[in-house]
Formats: sequence, C-alpha cells, structure tokens
Amino acid sequence: MSVLVGTETRLCVSGITGSEGSFHTLNNRAYGTNVVSGVTPGKGGQDVEGIPVFNTFHAAVEESGANTAMVFVPPPFAADSILEAADAGIETIIAITEGIPAHDELRVYTQIKRMPGVRLIGPNCPGVLSPGKANVGIIPASFFKEGNVGVMSRSGTLTYQIGNELAQKGFGNSSIVGLGGDPIPGTSFVDVLEMFENDDQTELIVMSGEIGGDAEEVAAEYIAEHVTKPVVGYIAGFTAPPGKTMGHAGAIVSGSKGTAAAKAEALEAKGVRVGRTPTQVAEIAIEILGG
Amino acid sequence: MDLLEYQGKQLFARHEIPVPSGIPARTVDEAVAAAEKIGYPCVVKAQVKIGGRGKAGGVKVAANAEEAGEYADAILGMDIKGFTVHELWIEEASEIEAEYYAAIVFDRSARSALVMLSTQGGMDIEQVSEETPEAIATLHVDPLLGFQPFEARRLAFEAGIDADLIRPIGEFLTKLYDTFIAEEAMLVEVNPVIITPERKVRALDSKVTLDENALFRHKENAELRDPSDEDPQEQMARDRGLTYVKLDGDIGILGNGAGLVMSTLDVVAQYGGSPANFLDAGGGSKADAITSAVEVICSNEKVKAVLFNIFGGITRCDEVANGLIEAFAQAKPTVPFVVRLDGTNDVVGRKILADANLPGVYTASTMNEAAEKVVALAKGETP
Ligand SMILES: Nc1ncnc2c1ncn2[C@@H]1O[C@H](COP(=O)(O)OP(=O)(O)OP(=O)(O)O)[C@@H](O)[C@H]1O
Ligand SMILES: [Mg+2]
Repeated sequence: MSVLVGTETRLCVSGITGSEGSFHTLNNRAYGTNVVSGVTPGKGGQDVEGIPVFNTFHAAVEESGANTAMVFVPPPFAADSILEAADAGIETIIAITEGIPAHDELRVYTQIKRMPGVRLIGPNCPGVLSPGKANVGIIPASFFKEGNVGVMSRSGTLTYQIGNELAQKGFGNSSIVGLGGDPIPGTSFVDVLEMFENDDQTELIVMSGEIGGDAEEVAAEYIAEHVTKPVVGYIAGFTAPPGKTMGHAGAIVSGSKGTAAAKAEALEAKGVRVGRTPTQVAEIAIEILGG
Repeated sequence: MDLLEYQGKQLFARHEIPVPSGIPARTVDEAVAAAEKIGYPCVVKAQVKIGGRGKAGGVKVAANAEEAGEYADAILGMDIKGFTVHELWIEEASEIEAEYYAAIVFDRSARSALVMLSTQGGMDIEQVSEETPEAIATLHVDPLLGFQPFEARRLAFEAGIDADLIRPIGEFLTKLYDTFIAEEAMLVEVNPVIITPERKVRALDSKVTLDENALFRHKENAELRDPSDEDPQEQMARDRGLTYVKLDGDIGILGNGAGLVMSTLDVVAQYGGSPANFLDAGGGSKADAITSAVEVICSNEKVKAVLFNIFGGITRCDEVANGLIEAFAQAKPTVPFVVRLDGTNDVVGRKILADANLPGVYTASTMNEAAEKVVALAKGETP
C-alpha cells in the first residue's frame, strides 16, 4: 500500500486552466495519476488536453467521481476552493498554494476538522508522491522509486534532498508527504505517523522538521506512545537567527519552545535518532534497515 | 509586519478602542511644537518596533516645553535593543490608577486565537508570567464562533477585575478581538491597559503585528510598510522577488526552497563556516533570478566566498548554470564560488558550467563536499 494517494486516487484539480496548474496536472497524469477532472468557475465544458473542466466541485464529484482535490488557485481564492472541495464530498484535499492569509487558514482548518472523513494536506506544500502509483503535486517523481521508507516533511526541496540521499543508498519510498511550511498545516506529523504505522509497505519513517511551532515536540510524544516502527528525524534551522518579536505575548505563550535544538532534544529524549545533516539521516536509515 | 505604537493606536481608534491623543514627530522642533499643541504634562515616546522602551529610557513625561525638547533630543537617535529611534510620539499624559495587560495572539500550536488578561500589567509583565503565571487569565477562542460576551466576562472574573469594571473591560476585550479579526493581525497587545481615576479604560500602549499575506486586502495597512526598516540588501532582494535575510558571517549562501537553505546554513556551520545570509531563490528559479541573487549576495562586502546549493525539482539545473554564467558576465564577482547542482537536468547543468570555465568557480557533487570547500575558500585556503 501507500498513504494518502495511490491507485484509488481520482484527482480533480482546482485551477487546472492556469499555467502552473495545467503544467503540473499534465505532469501528474503523465506519471500515471488518474486525473479525472478540473474546476475553474466559468470554464465548465472546456477541457485541458482531454481532462474535462467543471464550474463547481459539486459537478466534478458528481460527473467524474473525483475523490481527491489538488488546489492550485492563487492565495485570495484558495481558502474558498478548499472549502468548496470539502463541501462537495472530496476526501483528500492537497493544497499547493503558497501565501494564503493566516486567518483564512485558521477558519479552513477548523471547519475541515469538524468534517469527519475529510483530510487537508498543506497548504503551501509540494504534495504527496506514492512512487509507482500516483503523484499529486510538484514533487519531481523521477528521483524516487517504490520502497519501504515513508518520508514526511515540512519543506519541499529538503524532502527532495533527503529522499535523494536515501535513493543513492538504494532505498525507495512508500509515500513522500509534504506537509507544508505554513503556521496552520491541515495535516501534521502525528497524523501521518499514524498512517505510516498502519501501512504495511512502510518499514521506516523519516521525518524532516524545521524551526518554529511545536509539531516536532508533539510528534515525539506520539512516537513514544504509539509508533512501533523505527523513526529517523532531521531538523533544519540550528543556525537560523531568532526572529525578533515585538510584544511580550510570544514569550508568555511559548517560552523557549520551537528552536531546532529543543526539537532535536525532544525527539532524542523519546529515542528517535536525529541526523545532523541530510546525509547522516540516510546513514542512520542504513544502520536501521541494514542497507 | 510590525506597526509602530502610534500606528497601532490609530488602528485601535478606527475600531473605537479608547486611546490618548498624540502627534508624531521626527525632529526636536517638531516634538516641541507637538507638545505645545497637546499641553502639559505630556509624554515623549520613542517609536521603535520593540517592547521595553520605558525601561530603556525611551518614555518620558515632560512638564513644559523645555523638558519636552530635552527628552526629544535625548531619545531621538537612541538605540533600543538594536533599533535606532527615528521617530517620536508626543502624547497627552494620562492619570493612572491601575495598569492591566491585555493581548490576543494567533496561537498556531493551539490553532486558535488566545486572549490574555491580567491586572498586573505594566513594564514587568514578563516577570509576572514567569513567577506568577496564574495572574494571567487565558482563553482560546473558537475560530468559527468568535469571541463571546460570556467568555469576556469569564476572563475578567478570572483575572480578578473589580465588579464595576467587568463590563467595560469585557467591552474593551471584545473590541480588541474585533480589531484582531478585521485587520487580520497575528498579535494585538496592550500593555498597559489603564484604569483612570474616573474608572475609564484606555489603551496606553499598542503592539500590533499584521499578517503580511493578508495585506492585499488591507490597502490602508499595506501603506504603513516602511522601506527604511529594511536592510538595503533585504530591500533589493524583496524588489526582485527573493527571500533574503542578512546574517553576520562571511559565506554567501544561495539555495532553492527555505528548508534546503536552512539546512545548508547548518551544514556550513558544522564545517566551521559562518553564513553571511539566507537566500531562497524560490521554487522555479529562472536565470534572471540567479543573476539578481548573485548581485544581492555580493553587494554585502563581508562576503569572502559563496555557496550555491541547488537541488532541482521544478528548478532546472541548466537554468541555474546559465543564470550563473549570465551573472558572472554582468556582476563580475571577485570572490570564489562553490556550486553544487543536483536534481533535474543536473548533468547538463554541470557540463554547461564546466564548458564556461568561469574564474574562481569550483564544483561539488554533494552538499557536504560543497560546504567543506566553501569554508576552506572563505579562510583563503585552496580546497
Ligand atoms: N500617555 C501616558 N501617560 C502616562 N503614562 C504613560 C503614558 N504612556 C506610557 N506611560 C507609562 O510608561 C510606561 C511604558 O510605556 P509603554 O508601555 O508605552 O512602552 P514600553 O515600555 O515599550 O512597553 P512594554 O513594557 O509593554 O514593552 C507605561 O507602562 C506607563 O506607565
Ligand atoms: Mg507597554
């Protein structure tokens, strides 16, 4: 198996008629992803290289049987498009758009959490690739082959870097999940840890985090209690300068949480080995799986 | 985007939050003229985007024109935690019976807005939060329901507010929340909220941070952006669509994607180097972006060597190679470069670079090798 996207995926792309949207949609289709439709309000009835375009997600779901959405529309319209997809009954929504206002993200996140069965990945993420099965998003699929390492990451290019280091050592991937770098990601490490834990193809989990927020700290707790598979961590941002914050509220709320050192420490305290460079992550993976 | 105190107060006034009246000033003369208009006593306040101004001597009460001039002269040009004071806010002095603390912060961990209230506001609020955190009442707001009157009351009771002030403080918090939502803020903080001898509630200070991503629908706020806030290199980078943060070291860094660039900084530091900047050339880095990036990095005189770390996804390595050749033709950098190209079209990209035979350009096939080489070059050694 794999997680989130695979042979069952029936993809509908919001923003399919834009230049970025159509480029990546066709790339995804060329990889073998089952792209069934697209949505652009006002362009219903047209097609993009044979992919039918609908005015609404509701029509796309009804007429093309879409179960997965990829959102490519510009930031002012992205929240609306995600909510529309969810309302229309799409189960997995992958939002690539970068720069969505934080308050929009907060409303969308809260609403989606209240809809059982709907999952949002991103926004501001590179998408999800299950090698050999489906690619939804902008991950350059040619570097990755099928295998037993599940990768999840908050950053796009860093995912490619780590994935590539693993590939050079002969490892393939069950799925590569880009969670996105925004303050309120729809899906966090903990959610994907649960998916990888339950996925038979995945034998090792690599998580690549970065400074800010507390997703890595929360994941460390979860791993200790619920994950039986080995996990290797990486944290970027040890030398990043601390951001200057103006008021006192930040210090009152979060204290010293969120630094790379604090995150690595939290993971190591729960027995997760943390590579200090992407290369070291791959080396630890070999030690564990016996490359 | 952070606002100055008086900009925040102007925002508050738009949402009917009571604030003292005042006038901004950029020179001693302007400050004295403002003080004369406002009357005495008045307060001369440093306008910098950082807290703790009072403790640093940047907030002074003037009893007459002479004092106003004296304080304005002392505070203008003052350094407060690394921020130079270029502007003052001259404000009517308030009579203060009590100083409270109120704030609303976008709490990303809890995925909701956090409202905070304390009767122990004023310049020692961080100490209060460390020593007696229970003195700060807190409450998370349901993002879809909004801040309810009962929640405002509950916070006020929990904070131990006097009975006669429960309603006015509740109204104050509600208006603060309305401001937070309407202006799409990441933070609104008022320290102190004062209670006057007439038992009126007023915002005596403001700390407001707005969401940059939402400025497109807040034209008035977008105009408050102050280009002189930014380092000239950071400004130049922004104008060209690059994300650049200046650091203290001597190794210029360019990569594509924030995570990879952060990771590159870490690896360079592990090899004993010190990065001069963070520069993310973005997802689909095209040739002209690379040219701009080289210009931005090399305009920092401290830079002794540059590391290009590209992992091509959407970015194509041949584009990067051509951009670099173009950059060398235009900017004629005098420091050595180490280039690591991997990913989409890497073989072609490396060949283009090899054929161009640029002066002082070294190649590397891994991130670690690249870091090792650039650190040696920055020390004046040959790798
Ligand atoms: N208009 C005013 N009238 C009387 N006193 C004032 C006035 N403005 C400020 N003060 C006093 O000066 C103190 C410091 O001013 P203010 O809170 O604006 O700056 P600050 O020191 O940067 O704040 P913080 O400590 O929250 O970072 C206030 O707590 C208050 O006691
Ligand atoms: Mg204050």
